[in-house]
Amino acid sequence: MAQEHKLEIFRGLVKFKSNKDKIWGVLIFLSIVTAIEVVLGIYKPDILMEIWMDPFEGGGFFATVGNIILSPIVYMKPLNFIFIVLTIVKAYYITWDFMHVRDETGSLRKMIVWTAVFLISYLVFILLQEGGYVFNAYNGADSLITHDF
Amino acid sequence: MDSTVVSTGTEDKTWGGGNNPLRASYGKLMMWFFIVSDALTFSAFLAAYGFSRFKFVNEWPIADEVFTHVPFLHGQELPMIYVAFMTFILIMSSVTMVLAVDAGHHMNKAKVTIYMFLTIIGGIVFVGSQAWEWSTFINGDYGAVQTKAGNILQFGEYVNDEEGEEVFKRIAIEDFAVTVAGDRVAHERNNGIWFTDEAALPPFSVDEIYTGLAANDNILVRTQILNEEGHKTVLSRAESLRQIEENGKLVVKGANLKVNEYGTTLFADMFFFITGFHGFHVTMGIILNIIIFFNVVLGTYERRGSYEMVEKVGLYWHFVDLVWVFVFTFFYLV
Repeated sequence: MAQEHKLEIFRGLVKFKSNKDKIWGVLIFLSIVTAIEVVLGIYKPDILMEIWMDPFEGGGFFATVGNIILSPIVYMKPLNFIFIVLTIVKAYYITWDFMHVRDETGSLRKMIVWTAVFLISYLVFILLQEGGYVFNAYNGADSLITHDF
Repeated sequence: MDSTVVSTGTEDKTWGGGNNPLRASYGKLMMWFFIVSDALTFSAFLAAYGFSRFKFVNEWPIADEVFTHVPFLHGQELPMIYVAFMTFILIMSSVTMVLAVDAGHHMNKAKVTIYMFLTIIGGIVFVGSQAWEWSTFINGDYGAVQTKAGNILQFGEYVNDEEGEEVFKRIAIEDFAVTVAGDRVAHERNNGIWFTDEAALPPFSVDEIYTGLAANDNILVRTQILNEEGHKTVLSRAESLRQIEENGKLVVKGANLKVNEYGTTLFADMFFFITGFHGFHVTMGIILNIIIFFNVVLGTYERRGSYEMVEKVGLYWHFVDLVWVFVFTFFYLV
């Protein structure tokens, strides 16, 4: 039953003596991340509430590709972007250390992670794109639908 | 014996069978398959939430105005505090779970028992908190008027806060509505057609709200449309009266699958659906944990020589925690 655990996190920056220490270390890290999220969520600093960069105008090929590549910056408030990044960080440590994915073979790890990542990205892209389209159908300048009455 | 036991002569070859390329047991692999497919289900729900939100992106309710309550601190507006507590409880019960798995690797029955017990307690506290959150959301706090198009009109007045800044303070409908005589009474079996009855009527009629609004000059109406600063638009006094008179259709208090006093109904639908499905998972996890807990106490895994069942149910439990991390972000933060 002697299962060996990989005991370092942050790419070897922090190395724990035992698996138990690692669990508590990860708990502290997750708590700090959650605390940052909560504090940012309560105070909502003004500088993070406005979009830093306007999307490229024109609708040409390069403008469209540029907007797609920079979509987290041009379409999202920095605060929301920070929240999503911190969430993914938390998800990483929950799966890697609590669910022991760090100790699994590389092929199992890739099977789990890439399947989910590709399918979820696809799903999110489709649905958000469609949601934006419906928004324009309701609120566009030539829209024939209104729900403002 | 050669006639019943077939030797294929490939036992030592890669494709001969009996090979464990992933070095994980059958049960654990199946748990991972389930988790990945369940993750896709949850992400489909959250993506559908994103769809609804993008559809109503300039009028989506502000979570900080909806979930402001903390038990025992009545009347104070404390957004995020309680849900942060719930998140912490769930992460904590994840930690006790992983400690139980660790103790299982060392074949330490007493410690596995204690940690499993703590995990179950954490799960129960979380589900209880969620039930409280639901009940607060269903009961609502200020009440609002729904328009013909299903939009929500809320009430409030401008006051100066401690720093002297002008802020919009919400006013509950029962604080200004004027009772008008001759109001419609609920149709019950004993005073109408005996085989039909109807659901309870809203606490006030739109007429009563309008009369109350007309009598109080300080009260203004707030629509669900977000302005440039991300606040909801407050109408002028004349426009407030006009909106209620012309468009007001139904007085709503609280939220359910049909109406939502905080804004678009889809918000309430998505909230009930996604946190409900997650709460169902947590409940299932608690039941599985209890089964495993009793097996640990009875010494089943001690006799089996392996606590791998604890590890498998642990995977499920961590997954539930993982889902909550995302629900927390998309419902309460973003």
